[in-house]
Amino acid sequence: MFVHDRKRRRLAALGALAVGIALAATGCSGGGGGGTGGGDSGGGDSGGDLSITFLPKNLGNPYFDTSNAGGEEAIKEFGGTYQEVGPTEASPTSQVSFIQTAAQQGVSALVMSANDPEAVCDAIDEARGAGVKVVTFDADTSPDCRDLFILQASSEGVAKAQVDLISEQIGDEGQIAILSASANASNQNAWIELMQEELEANHPNIELVEVVYGDDDDQTSFDKTAALLQTYPDLKGIVSPTTVGIAAAARYLSTSEYKGQVALTGLGTPNQMREYVKDGTVTAFALWNPADLGYLAAYAAKALVDGDITGEEGDTFEAGKLGEFEVGADATVLLGDPFVFDADNIDDFDF
Amino acid sequence: MSETAVSAGARPARTYRDHAHPLWRRILVNREAAVIALLLIVIGVSLASVPNFDSPLTVTFLLRELAPILLIALPMTLIIITEEIDLSVASVVGLTSVVTGILTQAGWPFPVAALVAILVGAVAGTFNGFLVTVVGLPSLAVTIGTLALFRGIAVGLLGTTAITDFPEFWTDLARENIPGTPIPGVMIVFAVLAIAFAVLLHLTPFGRSLYAIGLNKEAAAFSGVAVGRAKFILFVLSGAVSGLAGVYFTLIYSNARGDNATGLELSVIAAVLLGGVSIFGGRGAIHGVIAGVLLIGTLGSALRLAGVTSDVINVITGVLLVLSVVSTSFLGWARNRRLAALGRRRNREGRAP
Repeated sequence: MFVHDRKRRRLAALGALAVGIALAATGCSGGGGGGTGGGDSGGGDSGGDLSITFLPKNLGNPYFDTSNAGGEEAIKEFGGTYQEVGPTEASPTSQVSFIQTAAQQGVSALVMSANDPEAVCDAIDEARGAGVKVVTFDADTSPDCRDLFILQASSEGVAKAQVDLISEQIGDEGQIAILSASANASNQNAWIELMQEELEANHPNIELVEVVYGDDDDQTSFDKTAALLQTYPDLKGIVSPTTVGIAAAARYLSTSEYKGQVALTGLGTPNQMREYVKDGTVTAFALWNPADLGYLAAYAAKALVDGDITGEEGDTFEAGKLGEFEVGADATVLLGDPFVFDADNIDDFDF
Repeated sequence: MSETAVSAGARPARTYRDHAHPLWRRILVNREAAVIALLLIVIGVSLASVPNFDSPLTVTFLLRELAPILLIALPMTLIIITEEIDLSVASVVGLTSVVTGILTQAGWPFPVAALVAILVGAVAGTFNGFLVTVVGLPSLAVTIGTLALFRGIAVGLLGTTAITDFPEFWTDLARENIPGTPIPGVMIVFAVLAIAFAVLLHLTPFGRSLYAIGLNKEAAAFSGVAVGRAKFILFVLSGAVSGLAGVYFTLIYSNARGDNATGLELSVIAAVLLGGVSIFGGRGAIHGVIAGVLLIGTLGSALRLAGVTSDVINVITGVLLVLSVVSTSFLGWARNRRLAALGRRRNREGRAP
């Protein structure tokens, strides 16, 4: 009997110890993380200087890594505190808690790319109520809920850049086709319309034979490219104003007899297109420079916080190495013309 | 044990204790108490070391964000106690959010649209319950299927568009705090439901029968418990509460979309398991689950405020969950070993009188 009891007591003690260890370990992991992190942000908040938080659509996205690095560079230049936070997945509401956190921390400004134009608006309203300036870039919210939007490129600029590229590559005459995203993709449709106007006005010898839709799906875009080339044997060029489409078309062209014969351009990302630029399938393609976009957004946030601008149309501010910018209609600042990537500069980019 | 030893000699009448352990031990030494203690530790440490954690905004934002998880965790607790699972809850939230949006856009008064949405949630739950109890399929398989099905219908109904225009009265109401406190008004709804579910689970014959089903459903059936009926009711409840959460989700973000609340089911189940409910059924309590949801939420909120990135937060939450499961298993293993050792010794003593 006594033996039993002693043994039982020992086991109970052992169990209690294990629970204790588990509690201590979990408690420590939570508390420890909080402690060290708290020290960091505490240092940033004190002193009353400029603290700017970047909130991308999601973390681990090379595009936003590039843009936020641009933002960090700008913030270093004017001596503010840079912080990047973000959700792991780009769902419509996943950014809300980070906007709320920024409001609680009382940061000077929040620079974000919105996953959803409406779902984050109420959270942004509350943050602005707490004195946080909110700048959107890359993807906008409804114009009435943020202070300023940094637009990467105007539709006219995007359309013109692509028409210029293709006309240059095919010698300003011949048949071209467009490989778009889905038939109801609003961005692409707007660009295609402007491209048609531009072609009619300034490039009468170029004939746009067809617009096909790859639905932003790699395989569908690949198949549509093959079909285009079979249907139009005289096709001189393809324009794909979507990153999925241009990569799939390049993949088809690079392994086909048309490589180097049929020009391909459009909107792509350097990492997707590097291989095809190097093997000669693609000469040049356009997109904007995300690093400049982040850089400009950071300077715009600073100008708002300093009170240099309020978001009124016609306000102007300095953006370091990029020069002076003017606020346009709907509190929008345009970064500039699209950036052209070719074999000479593509290795400078990683997104 | 000591009773049998004492009474074995003279008197044949045996007395049994109501419980193996004294009351204080039953209240203080269990999973629920451990989770509550851990929650208090996290709150204490955060208040002391995380800047801005003590602002009233923290409570408002935290509870507002956790409300859908808290709501759905209630029926989920009951379902997991019966050794079933409902993975389709987040898809029901998405579906009912879309239904609320479409009906509001079509000009229906908002309360009617909300009621219809909750009804749609209940119908979705009925479908789950029918497949699990009448057709007799495992709930894991059924609700993985309906997870995809309900989400598919939701996205199909609205495409990639979103409905964002809701009556201001209702969106303001959803965001309103209880006057004079930083606590969101939705917590009143939650408190009512939590008390209802706690009474149902802990104080009614129906609730007690759920534990019997979870521990051994054949034994429960032979003891006169209508196993199928009980599970069916739970799935319908789960659907309806998820529908309510869907309406709330729509209002709080002024946003009806097919992909609303994607992945929420895992947050709910993680919190329920952390709160002391056994995935093998037959064990768990409402107060532990509420503490579990609050623990994960508070930890995340404090770490975010401290500038910890979300992948690190996920790692910490994951470690916490694994440790909680490991500690239960370890204690179970220790108890089995002790009982086994006891049994062996009793055998030895029996053979050598």
